[in-house]
Amino acid sequence: MSGYAGYVGRRLAQFLLVVFIGINIAYVITHASPIDPVEQSISAVTSFGNTAPDAIEQMRRSLRELYGLGGTPVQQYLAFWKRILSADFGPSLSAFPTPVGTLIGRALPWTAGLLTVSTLIAWVLGNLLGGLAGYYRQSRGLKLMGVIAMGLHPIPYYILAMLLLILFGFIWPVLPISGGATMNLPQTLTPEFVWSVLQHAILPALSLILIGVGSWFLGMRSLVANVLAEDYVVYAELAGVRSWRILTSYVMRNALVPQVTGLAMSLGGIFNGAVITEKVFGYPGLGSLLVDAVYAGDYGLVLGVTTISILGVSVGVLAIDLLYPLLDPRVKVS
Amino acid sequence: MVVFLRDLLRYRAEFRIGLVLVAVVLLLSVLASFSPYPPDSVYVVPPDLPPSLTYWFGTTSRGQDVFWQLSFAIRNTLLFGGTVALVSRLVALAVGLVSGYKGGWIDRALMSVNDTFIVIPLLPVLVLFYFVMRDRISWLMLALIMACFGWAYDARLIRSVVMSLRQREFTQTSLFSGMSTRQVLTDEHLPYVVPILFSTTMNNMVWSIGLEVTLAVLGFTDINIPTIGGMIYWANQHTAMVAGIWWWIAFPTIAVIMAFIGLFLLAVSVNAHIDPRSRLWNVGEAS
Repeated sequence: MSGYAGYVGRRLAQFLLVVFIGINIAYVITHASPIDPVEQSISAVTSFGNTAPDAIEQMRRSLRELYGLGGTPVQQYLAFWKRILSADFGPSLSAFPTPVGTLIGRALPWTAGLLTVSTLIAWVLGNLLGGLAGYYRQSRGLKLMGVIAMGLHPIPYYILAMLLLILFGFIWPVLPISGGATMNLPQTLTPEFVWSVLQHAILPALSLILIGVGSWFLGMRSLVANVLAEDYVVYAELAGVRSWRILTSYVMRNALVPQVTGLAMSLGGIFNGAVITEKVFGYPGLGSLLVDAVYAGDYGLVLGVTTISILGVSVGVLAIDLLYPLLDPRVKVS
Repeated sequence: MVVFLRDLLRYRAEFRIGLVLVAVVLLLSVLASFSPYPPDSVYVVPPDLPPSLTYWFGTTSRGQDVFWQLSFAIRNTLLFGGTVALVSRLVALAVGLVSGYKGGWIDRALMSVNDTFIVIPLLPVLVLFYFVMRDRISWLMLALIMACFGWAYDARLIRSVVMSLRQREFTQTSLFSGMSTRQVLTDEHLPYVVPILFSTTMNNMVWSIGLEVTLAVLGFTDINIPTIGGMIYWANQHTAMVAGIWWWIAFPTIAVIMAFIGLFLLAVSVNAHIDPRSRLWNVGEAS
């Protein structure tokens, strides 16, 4: 058990390091700006209409505090951390006076849901097909799938999402191309609402899944090809173990281990993809919130979404890391 | 190196296809030097014309010739990807070589930082960067900050190669004959790392160009310099899809997809060729 405890300890330390470095990067970026961010934000907000002078003055004061521009550099740095740890990013400028935390809390379930479901589907499907393709190397259908995967995998999420949007929005309009659910439905667990959520999720999820399946497929296929040459596989074949059992318990079981590590490592990239996919399809998650916040010049919201993203992705990676020993029992020993 | 390339050409269909795709894209980018119009001028040709013999890829609503605009765009986009790849290669090489060769606590410390950079979601960080820089953002600045993040994954790959090289006999031999660490790394190990360096360069370009297109489409870069993402941004600003000016979006998209698939195929085929087992398979299937 001490082996497992040590493993968990190391993973937790790594998690804290990611959060620490991530937040510091956010701090350096926000404080290295050559332009005064406060005046920038105020001119962005006031350019849309008339605002009372005392309201501007109040805004300027709260912004100065929000940016942490008062006091010595050490005080500024500590104030920044305090703000992040208490998850207090002040009121949103673009949706005044709703707090940034509320806006993020509203968007987070959409992103988490879309990301979890599409990543799981892509990972399972890609590994299953990739495993089969590595094992049955002569199958024509699986070879063709390999070619398709090679063509899909390098395309960035934005381009694929745009192609799906054009295909299902202009050429063959059968699916909803914008939003998270039909506008006027009450957001409760009625069958209509669930159905509408599912329908709206198809296209964003599809663009995440298509690219994801391609990359897991290619990875798994080459991993399986390597495992096949191992002695224990040859031995099992000679011992007359049925080929389906060899594939699942001997080959794929071992090839899955690096694929789990791969999932943890690529979570950040998948999150990037979700951000941009959400924007393309107007999905009401963190991605749309982030991009709209930039257009509206809402500093607190941009900073809030960025830090929550770093935190969220690190938590996801930690969760995968902690599940890892279930698949690879060697971790408990070493 | 010549034999390596010749074998690649002979046995790897992916390599041949990738080479053709990249060559077409490169040719298009070289043509930018012969453009009759300067890259940033607008309303030099009649707007909104469909593809014809005079204007091969049509013209935009801003009165630009899509063909020449595209050649500037793809040149700048490739230049961007190349810069990111070059700078991040230097970091990846240094970290990978030192970490893999030294091992011990140096390795553990470097890999902790390394994994951190792999995990952090870059897009929100880049958006935050654009948000504080606004109009001051330049393509070089963006390239450098992406290079700061783009080395980590490949450093891990290079490290694993060097770790296995360290166990080989020639490493011991060169150490006993009095070579310094730096000499062992640069003279003995680097040649083995070069092929993998090539394939990671291609993959890194795919990655950075993808991010740049994404940022530019949202308008989060210097939109006055023509890039592929910038072209799509302006097309979206003029609602080109709704107005039926499909050629404004279609041709940049096709060009950039060709670049992506071409670079990726080059990387994949070189990777597969380094692995002796898959090389044997392939030769077996070809004969």
